Amino acid sequence: MSAPTDFTLAEARDALAQKKLSSTELTKAFVAAMEGARTLNAFVTETPECALEMAKKSDARIARGEARPLEGLPLAIKDLFCTKGVRTTAGSRILGNFVPPYESTVSQNLWDAGAVMLGKTNMDEFAMGSSNETSHFKPVINPWRARSSNQNLVPGGSSGGSAAAVAGHLCLAATGTDTGGSIRQPAALSGIVGMKPTYGRCSRWGIVAFASSLDQAGPMTHTVRDAAILLRHMASVDEKDSTSVDMPVADYEEGLDSGVKGLRVGIPKEYRIEGAPPEIDALWQQGAGWLKAQGAEIIEVSLPHTKYALPAYYIVAPAEASSNLARYDGVRYGHRAEGTHDLVELYERSRAEGFGAEVKRRVLIGTYVLSAGYYDAYYTRAQKIRTLIKRDFEQAFETCDVLLTPATPGPAFALGEKSSDPVSMYLNDVFTVTVNLAGLPAIAVPAGLTENGLPLGLQVIGKAFDEMTVLRAGRAIELAASFTARPDKWWTA
Amino acid sequence: MSERGAKYIRGATGEWEIVIGMEVHAQVLSNAKLFSGAATTFGAEPNSQVSFVDAGMPGMLPVINRKCVEQAIRTGLGLKAKINRRSVFDRKNYFYPDLPAGYQISQYKQPIVGEGEVIVDLPGGESRTVGIERLHLEQDAGKSLHDQHPDQTYVDLNRSGVALMEIVTKPDMRGSEEAAAFLRKLRAIVRYLGTCDGNMDEGSMRADVNVSVRRPGAPLGTRCEIKNVNSMRFVMQAVEYEARRQVDILESGGAIHQETRLFDSRAGETRSMRSKEEAHDYRYFPDPDLLPLELEEAWIAEIARSLPELPDEKKARFIKAGLSTYDAAVLVAEKETADYFEAILAEGSEAKAAANWLNNEVFGRLNKAGLSIITSPVSPSQNAAILQLLAENVISGKIAKDLLDILWHEGGDPRAIVDARGLRQVTDISAIESAVDAVIAANPGKVEEAKKKPNLAGWFVGQVMKQTGGKANPKVVNDILKRRLGIGGEG
Repeated sequence: MSAPTDFTLAEARDALAQKKLSSTELTKAFVAAMEGARTLNAFVTETPECALEMAKKSDARIARGEARPLEGLPLAIKDLFCTKGVRTTAGSRILGNFVPPYESTVSQNLWDAGAVMLGKTNMDEFAMGSSNETSHFKPVINPWRARSSNQNLVPGGSSGGSAAAVAGHLCLAATGTDTGGSIRQPAALSGIVGMKPTYGRCSRWGIVAFASSLDQAGPMTHTVRDAAILLRHMASVDEKDSTSVDMPVADYEEGLDSGVKGLRVGIPKEYRIEGAPPEIDALWQQGAGWLKAQGAEIIEVSLPHTKYALPAYYIVAPAEASSNLARYDGVRYGHRAEGTHDLVELYERSRAEGFGAEVKRRVLIGTYVLSAGYYDAYYTRAQKIRTLIKRDFEQAFETCDVLLTPATPGPAFALGEKSSDPVSMYLNDVFTVTVNLAGLPAIAVPAGLTENGLPLGLQVIGKAFDEMTVLRAGRAIELAASFTARPDKWWTA
Repeated sequence: MSERGAKYIRGATGEWEIVIGMEVHAQVLSNAKLFSGAATTFGAEPNSQVSFVDAGMPGMLPVINRKCVEQAIRTGLGLKAKINRRSVFDRKNYFYPDLPAGYQISQYKQPIVGEGEVIVDLPGGESRTVGIERLHLEQDAGKSLHDQHPDQTYVDLNRSGVALMEIVTKPDMRGSEEAAAFLRKLRAIVRYLGTCDGNMDEGSMRADVNVSVRRPGAPLGTRCEIKNVNSMRFVMQAVEYEARRQVDILESGGAIHQETRLFDSRAGETRSMRSKEEAHDYRYFPDPDLLPLELEEAWIAEIARSLPELPDEKKARFIKAGLSTYDAAVLVAEKETADYFEAILAEGSEAKAAANWLNNEVFGRLNKAGLSIITSPVSPSQNAAILQLLAENVISGKIAKDLLDILWHEGGDPRAIVDARGLRQVTDISAIESAVDAVIAANPGKVEEAKKKPNLAGWFVGQVMKQTGGKANPKVVNDILKRRLGIGGEG
């Protein structure tokens, strides 16, 4: 029998159901793995006591035959989800001591389904970043290293802690949030599955807001099946979130293996970008080949406004962020500067001390683009582009059922490699932001390794609320890719 | 000097017209806030009515309160305004400790209610139509308390998130009298509708008053906005002070700069708060946490059907029932007064008699006692009973007043009191005749005099009334006296 930490979510669930081990045993194994992997800095807050307490209750339920769908399964929660009584930092100094008196809807859904909380994962500050280097709690280290290299790599971001925790088998699965690619990009860079569901599928209530019209929670897992299982229990319509949508949540796991025969797969030609490493393009072609081999029809499609997506995103997201982050003012909770003499100084110093450079940059950009005289030139135009991008997808989906694209323009990079150049960092999201702007579901699935042995992912994009088809296509890629590579556990040494 | 409240102001160089527009903030009558379930009771313990949303906690989201939307629609319909089927909530961004989220949710470009009108009654039976530009829903901010500690400010968030309707007029008012009359009428309308309690001293209704002056017929002048004026009297004072200030500046060769001013009610003057250049850039943008508000026609129609009779319609009905325009206007000005009056009518009293009775007897007594119609010690049905007794000739007008005083201080059933205290008017001719005869017999000198000076008859009436304890029907006394004394035309 393999180690309990090697289980996928589905395997662990089945093992618990078959009473091959207890939730307490499983949880202890993960607590040990988590504590042994502090080098990776994947967790901001570890909650082992809470985990073992929950595991004990789960074991009692299992013993009584009252197991719920995720009973006793240890998960990691991105530190953007408010957890009642457990510090929630959003990766920021300004919330460094904030303990919410409430539980986010998504995490509550998971606890209601029986899951166990191992801890809160590290992330880019307020989810702003693509490498997890903007965290106030120091960067996360990717479990993966290039072949015969000791160089530390980034896990991607902003859900870098969740990605590393899953990739390093420090938890069975984790939650992430995705505003411009923050689930899919780190998933791709860490060799795991990451899914952003349709905007409105998961409640945003209790998730610290970055850009409200783009933010969406989703699962980060070892397999597509695990993503299907976890998503089902994260998703819900919520009367506390006006933008959540009342659409039936299917048993995604059930339809997973029905194949892609007859599925029309669109290949958007605008996603072929100049200067991308040839192995990205090769993998993409291979992915199309895999799907075709399983009976799918491959169609070239056009999403003509793609090139405007990134600039539009970097107007809309900072604009909303500049407003969403105004509440962190040192008045009611969070970091407050000492020894200030008046209100303006209190605001200025609390925020200057509490926010990191990337957050400040985006608050400034957002404030600027919403200012009188600039609003129409930036914000209004960005919203128009957003409408055009949505229309691009709608038109593409008239001829196909899903789209296949690379997940990222390249593999994991070294710490510090891009952090001094915001624009090259922002380019990491070139394949993912369009999906957020259009509010669509998409999954990143590990599909191959670079020459240096680093994981690369493919992305499947679907129609709004058609998560089922996205998962089914993702599963087909997973099957064909048979991605079994794992990082060496160099961090335990 | 110009007349107080007048539309024009006389300066050294001639006449100036005072032009006024208003932005009225009316707190929506609702048990819960605009975007949270927290309560809205006035005067509660500080920070006892604050949800996580109202406190701007991380990850909290606003959810629109249907009741507040209904109240805004109801108000819009009461203002004869266009209800916009689609409206959008925007964020108005600025930093202040009593604004926890760092933005106020308001409606900027697409308000829930569009153009409407209010007909304002002016003294002398005139009326003026004031155009309504728009009505939008927005959140109130909390309250900064600067007087609780020598060098710290305390914040009470009870009001944070309470629903307000901002009602914006066109610059259609002229002079302070019209401004106050408009506000009174608007207050009456929302109180009739039950959408705002109109309590200006509790801050549930307050006005920003825009004032400018111009030469009659000239284009509009530059305006100054006077913030947060919270009584009718202050509105008048603020307008008069501000108009005079502007005329003085213009006449001495200066120019008016658009700015926001504060009204200092103690000094009775307005003071500069911030200029247009210093105005905040609020960076309005649509709130991504809220979907556009889409209203169904059927719901609007349902609310329209449930609208109560409003002051203008009620006034028209009262006039039709025989009241003078003046009496009708007085009776409909306050919803409680109209309700009281109608409660009297409901017991069968005749409208004109009831209106006269209230105007001549009841209102004066209430004023003197510092009471309002709701705290009146005499109920509508007691008044109706008095009017009934009068109409039946059971009591005289004089006794009616006495009876009102008795009820005022002691309460009770008017008819029972009349019986128990023998206040019933004597209409028995023979009884009155004998009283008249007795007075004539006792005053032979006066009788002779009266034959020459017929107006002395009044003295005899007085004597007879005295003799009968005021219970004799004065008309009957008069008739008999005239006959006995051989005076009067009808003889």
